[in-house]
Amino acid sequence: MNILDVKNLSVTFNTPDGDVHAVNDVSFTLAEGKTLAIVGESGSGKSQSAFAIMGLLPKNGHAGGSVKYMGDEILNISEAAINKYRANEIAMIFQDPMTSLNPYMRISNQLTEVLVHHKGMSKREALVESIKMLDAVQIPEAASRVHMYPHEFSGGMRQRVMIAMSLLCGPKLLIADEPTTALDVTVQAEIMDLLIDLQEDFGMAIILITHDMGIVAGTCEDTLVMFGGNVMEYRPTLDLFDNPQHPYTKGLLEAVPRLDRDVETLSTVSYDFLEGGKS
Amino acid sequence: MSEPILSVRNMKVWFDVRDDAAGGIFPKTKKLKAVDGVSFDLMPGETLGIVGESGCGKSTLARSIIRLVKATSGEAIWMGRDLLTMSDSDMLTVRKDIQMIFQDPLASLNPRMTCGEIIAEPLKTHSKGMGKAERREKVSAMLEKVGMDPSHINRYPHEFSGGQCQRIGIARALITNPKLIICDEPVSALDVSVQAQVVNLLMALQKELGISLLFIAHDLSVVKHISDRIMVLYFGNVVEIGTSKQVIEAPQHAYTQKLIASIPIPDPRKEMARREVRRAKRAAK
Repeated sequence: MNILDVKNLSVTFNTPDGDVHAVNDVSFTLAEGKTLAIVGESGSGKSQSAFAIMGLLPKNGHAGGSVKYMGDEILNISEAAINKYRANEIAMIFQDPMTSLNPYMRISNQLTEVLVHHKGMSKREALVESIKMLDAVQIPEAASRVHMYPHEFSGGMRQRVMIAMSLLCGPKLLIADEPTTALDVTVQAEIMDLLIDLQEDFGMAIILITHDMGIVAGTCEDTLVMFGGNVMEYRPTLDLFDNPQHPYTKGLLEAVPRLDRDVETLSTVSYDFLEGGKS
Repeated sequence: MSEPILSVRNMKVWFDVRDDAAGGIFPKTKKLKAVDGVSFDLMPGETLGIVGESGCGKSTLARSIIRLVKATSGEAIWMGRDLLTMSDSDMLTVRKDIQMIFQDPLASLNPRMTCGEIIAEPLKTHSKGMGKAERREKVSAMLEKVGMDPSHINRYPHEFSGGQCQRIGIARALITNPKLIICDEPVSALDVSVQAQVVNLLMALQKELGISLLFIAHDLSVVKHISDRIMVLYFGNVVEIGTSKQVIEAPQHAYTQKLIASIPIPDPRKEMARREVRRAKRAAK
């Protein structure tokens, strides 16, 4: 069974200058335990698609189309209804772990809060669970570090805390929005390896939002390439890299300098596929 | 073999920071050794890439060379003279020859100046005798050189995209005909399609004008593409320096090896294999 069925998803923002169509007609499916990459450059609509799925659009944003989680429509349902899905069924992690953690709260309180709120645990039970989860994301000395504040952790460790927090309620789907973009490459590799290991242990599906084709290559079964709010290409990752169909995908793949390849000049992305060129 | 244009010898930049670990009533300080004895030579027309993780001292090193931060000790010999000990007025004349490009293209441009004013600013400092008309002509020519429309000369930074802002930054750096440009993460904030354009532009301009580049970045793939030699910094020390080929194909230091093993390659089969290698290494620990 598909864990997520997205059909003709659109996102429109009402602005003083008129409506902005940030996402147009995005459709994809995600099977249980699988990983989908949504790739695109800034402004491609990749993050807004995820926010729409989670019901996190700002007030002037409107989502259209359909998002079915395990067969149930979750797009544009009431705040109370979507809250039952958040954390329990679908969790999300963001690019900057510092801004997504509350700097005034100890890690312990931020983690236990999730379990107390969503699972109705006592604080003591929740703390035990939280420490277990910090262990699972390989934070050393979890039992003592759980009482620290976010600023006492490095960037990579903070992202581990975020991952631990997102997994507390055992979600079946994790949406990771540029989870390693703010981190050093060596730490990025550790975090991505951790996510894949955890995916195998916990059996969750992942939507990985990224701009980095290298990360997509190593992690995802399927890839959806977005540009200007539209889907350029949506195919199994191996096919996509072996034989990119869309000129934009080809351009993206060739514009990245690679360690395993020497070129005289980098090729640039051609926007000829847009009618009348890039606006 | 020609003389190096810049010789950095045993450069140290230490900061006093509060030592929270030390007890006692009065706060104690300790030394944070951001740059701790770095030496290298830069040849005319050469690109030296500097890589390392955040906090390794790569930006501090670059800034200390042109005295944007004060070096604790060391020498930066620029065409025979030590930049660190020369008088402020002498330093001003040298700054004409050493320009800098920064990471955040929008933040490094004054929002209240037009792009024409921004690019002309170094000329007002370094070519005081130049007339207004001549300045404007130079700026127009420079805009064209960096691939922008000279008719946009009166626009403000917010009217440009990130890639265009970085082109303005490059134009501002080039307007004084420098011999060296220090590029501090010039493409890190840009999308890959724009990054490719800016990298190509920098390489073409360097070839044409024969300038030297100190190219600082955390992305080894970009650094390898643009650099003749690569220097790897780790906790304020040089752990490795060599030609790009040497460093990438036969890294000597454990950190460089880990860095190279961590960089994702956009090839699913290679990337899966590399993941398995890393997994085996973790299991062996």
